[in-house]
Amino acid sequence: MNAPTPNRVNEFNLHVATVNGSGSQTANTTLLRSIFQMGVPVGGKNLFPSNIAGLPTWFTIRVNEKGYLARQKANDLLIALNPETAAADIAAMGPGSVTVVNEGIPLPAVPADRTVHVVPLTKLVEPIVPDARLRKLVVNMVYVGVVCHLVGIDPEEVDRALAAQLGRKQKALAVNREAVRAGLEYARANLPTAPFRIERRTLTDGKILIEGNTAGALGAMFGGVTFVAWYPITPSSSLAEALQNYLERYRKDPTSGASTYAIVQAEDEIAAIGMVLGASWAGARSMTATSGPGLSLMTEFVGYAYYAEIPAVIWDIQRIGPSTGLPTRTSQGDLLTVAFMSHGDTKHVMLFPSTVDDCFKYGMTAFDLAERLQTPVFVMSDLDLGMNVWMSEPFDYPEKPWDRGKVLSDEEVARLGKFERYRDSDGDGIPYRTIPGQKHPLAAYFTRGSGHDEQARYTESSETYPRVMDRLSKKYDTARRLAPGPVIDRAPRSNVGLFCYGSTAWAMEEARDLLRADGIETSHLLLKAYPFHPDVRAFVESCERVYVVEQNRDAQMASLLKMDMPDLAPRLRSILHYDGLPIDAVSIVEGVRSLEREEVSVR
Amino acid sequence: MSTAATNPVPGPPPGAAKNRIGLTQADYKGSKSTLCPGCGHDAITNSIVTAAFELGLEPHRLAKLSGIGCSSKTPAYFMSRSFAFNAVHGRMPSIATGVHVANRELQLLGISGDGDTASIGMGQFVHLIRRNVPVAYLVENNGVYGLTKGQFSATADVGTRAKTGRVNEMMPIDLCALAIELGCGFVARSFSGDPKQLRPILKAALSHRGTAVIDILSPCVTFNNHEGSTKSYDNVKEHDAPLHDVSYVPAHEPIMVDYAPGETREVRLFDGSRVTLKKLDHDYDPSDGMRAMVTLRQAREEGKFVTGVLFANPEKPAFDREVGMVEQPLSSLTLEQVRPGRSALQEIMTSLRTGAGAPVSAGGG
Repeated sequence: MNAPTPNRVNEFNLHVATVNGSGSQTANTTLLRSIFQMGVPVGGKNLFPSNIAGLPTWFTIRVNEKGYLARQKANDLLIALNPETAAADIAAMGPGSVTVVNEGIPLPAVPADRTVHVVPLTKLVEPIVPDARLRKLVVNMVYVGVVCHLVGIDPEEVDRALAAQLGRKQKALAVNREAVRAGLEYARANLPTAPFRIERRTLTDGKILIEGNTAGALGAMFGGVTFVAWYPITPSSSLAEALQNYLERYRKDPTSGASTYAIVQAEDEIAAIGMVLGASWAGARSMTATSGPGLSLMTEFVGYAYYAEIPAVIWDIQRIGPSTGLPTRTSQGDLLTVAFMSHGDTKHVMLFPSTVDDCFKYGMTAFDLAERLQTPVFVMSDLDLGMNVWMSEPFDYPEKPWDRGKVLSDEEVARLGKFERYRDSDGDGIPYRTIPGQKHPLAAYFTRGSGHDEQARYTESSETYPRVMDRLSKKYDTARRLAPGPVIDRAPRSNVGLFCYGSTAWAMEEARDLLRADGIETSHLLLKAYPFHPDVRAFVESCERVYVVEQNRDAQMASLLKMDMPDLAPRLRSILHYDGLPIDAVSIVEGVRSLEREEVSVR
Repeated sequence: MSTAATNPVPGPPPGAAKNRIGLTQADYKGSKSTLCPGCGHDAITNSIVTAAFELGLEPHRLAKLSGIGCSSKTPAYFMSRSFAFNAVHGRMPSIATGVHVANRELQLLGISGDGDTASIGMGQFVHLIRRNVPVAYLVENNGVYGLTKGQFSATADVGTRAKTGRVNEMMPIDLCALAIELGCGFVARSFSGDPKQLRPILKAALSHRGTAVIDILSPCVTFNNHEGSTKSYDNVKEHDAPLHDVSYVPAHEPIMVDYAPGETREVRLFDGSRVTLKKLDHDYDPSDGMRAMVTLRQAREEGKFVTGVLFANPEKPAFDREVGMVEQPLSSLTLEQVRPGRSALQEIMTSLRTGAGAPVSAGGG
């Protein structure tokens, strides 16, 4: 058939609407990888329900030559396979969009400027797969073939992507290939191509596709993790599971074949953090991964670790709260909970990875910081970063050795002739520790969550308690310069600052370009850690207005900023996004524009 | 040398007896107890000191772990040359699990109470046993919350009366029966007022490679020692029903006591030491878990406290075997041992580039 002139190249969103458990994962990964193999940047986002099978699920592939990978609200190509959501899915498509709908799904009325193709996907697969159950899975590969034709994906790349995934399962590979061909042939014969398409580029050469949780797991492994305790919870489970898979493969002792690590699935998150503290106290590099409800359970032990000064690495893959909330939707809503987690005066160190490369790096950095500072360190990822597929440069091998912090050996204890567990000998608030099992009779000490003095002895003294607490504050100040500093991009002729952290960085980068095209220049600060590095204050001071963009209702980061620099509070404005879907650039642009308009009208 | 050091090492009194590693009993002591005078827990502390001294334990190879409560304070009162972790309420088992996995060479002594174990810590207690983490787990059981001034605990017997006059109507949780049901490899019950029985049981528990549970009846002299309380000193003393005479024979010593055949049963422990159980009124077979459950049930109905080694299965593999770790403690591994080489990262990056063999997936759906 005659194709209309394609008017957009390497810039569109493909949205696949299916039912959870229908096996669309292989098909979607195949599409994602095929485009990636054609050298065009892609990102994949999985919007899934808290359910094993039967509820609606969506997978969106953003194709973008400029490398923008944040979510966009509008989609260009829809594959509607779920009868339950088809009407709403189709209604959400805008002008110029193309929809492929499986034959048999009732169609709503569609305006003339939108294209809908009814394709007999199920019928096409019938002759290929006689088994009805298997057919339900393979039908997904038919739409892969249809999409190939519509947007010009090279079928050979589909073949390669399929072979990479199913290489060892020859029979499955053959059936899937046939299904792709059936879809492709049908589409070639019956459908015009879409007004947007893929053209080969070399923009993905050497790059990798990976989820943040997998990247974090790799970072932990190369950072020398020796102990992991965890309890299954979405969206953090895949971090622990990826770590287990990699450790099993790469961390066996070459002579004995035994593991140079231990991983324990605990009975709950309280036990998970307890095990981490026990192992860390006894000298292992220990971590856990969890999400909001798990953090709530860990709270008491986290306060203990702060006061008794025990290193711990805690990955928080944030999801929507409060309570069970939306377990499979993304959020940046745990900041205030974590910053002051547990009763009494407590404050904690947080790292904010915004890319999969950050996840890899912080997988190591978090251990170094936790052991250097002898305190829990939280890596604040989220569902979007952790569970979605991101394109990245390959990770660099760590060149630095690990930092195990201030540990005194028996020889050093003997040389000093004394050991005081909680004495600040260096003026940075960080004491020295010994490791259980050390033989020197002065090395042992008594760890407790109750009041203690510099010698770790029990005390309720009203002189000692504030002295110890003040030293802990001093240690916290030391953390400001030890933790990764912010990434600042200053626009010389702008007094407007944008401020974000974590996965929001992707929409932010795109939003700044859109604003720039609109004549609004902005400076930008991408926060990497809390407590705030001194450069953060300097940045806010240098701007007249700072828009703090974050994915929660209560402006949690802005609150932390206001606490830290109350004199600068009037400069801070919030742009908030908390519908559970990853933030998009247009939301930021609109937020900035409308607040800037207010600014002008007030004057 | 600073006199303010954390753990002053006291010199031995002149002429004091030394054990096989050259330490005196004083080397196993801790700071002065702050519990009520006459507390059963202090008697247990003394038994621990003697048992550790007689066993010749190396203080640096033992870690003392506890939760919260009167009992959990006691690790400060013995073995101050050992590291200690006084954790949060009811969560000592998870600490024990982590410490064990980090350094399998450490011997763990956990001190808990009936509140700390049977109520707030029940979940972790159960899973500790399920994993068979090597720890001698002592429950200093007095049937009340002492530090909060006398509320009933979950081990309070039916019909027992509190100091306030309230009577407990709820079934007690029998921690020994529970441990046996969970397949615990060493389960004993003893009495703080019977150091002759408690000491060999402590030694056996410290020699067992796996979770060893000892439920020790330990009267609270302040809140649960009155008439009408089933866990008063007098009532426990009166109703203490020992199953056998317990003695402990270290691996390096031959059996010195000469019993007539059929009079004793013997349990061989992981380190080659032995527990001998001399028959009293009835023959009791500690390898028979079913019999143990019946014995406990009967005793409860008769208002008796059976004490002794209730159940022993020393062959059960401990947690470190299950986990499959290297022999060397994880805590002592070097960076070279735990950071995979460049080729490993390269291989992983290739798989993530090509999509072949990579565990990366598109999540659910």
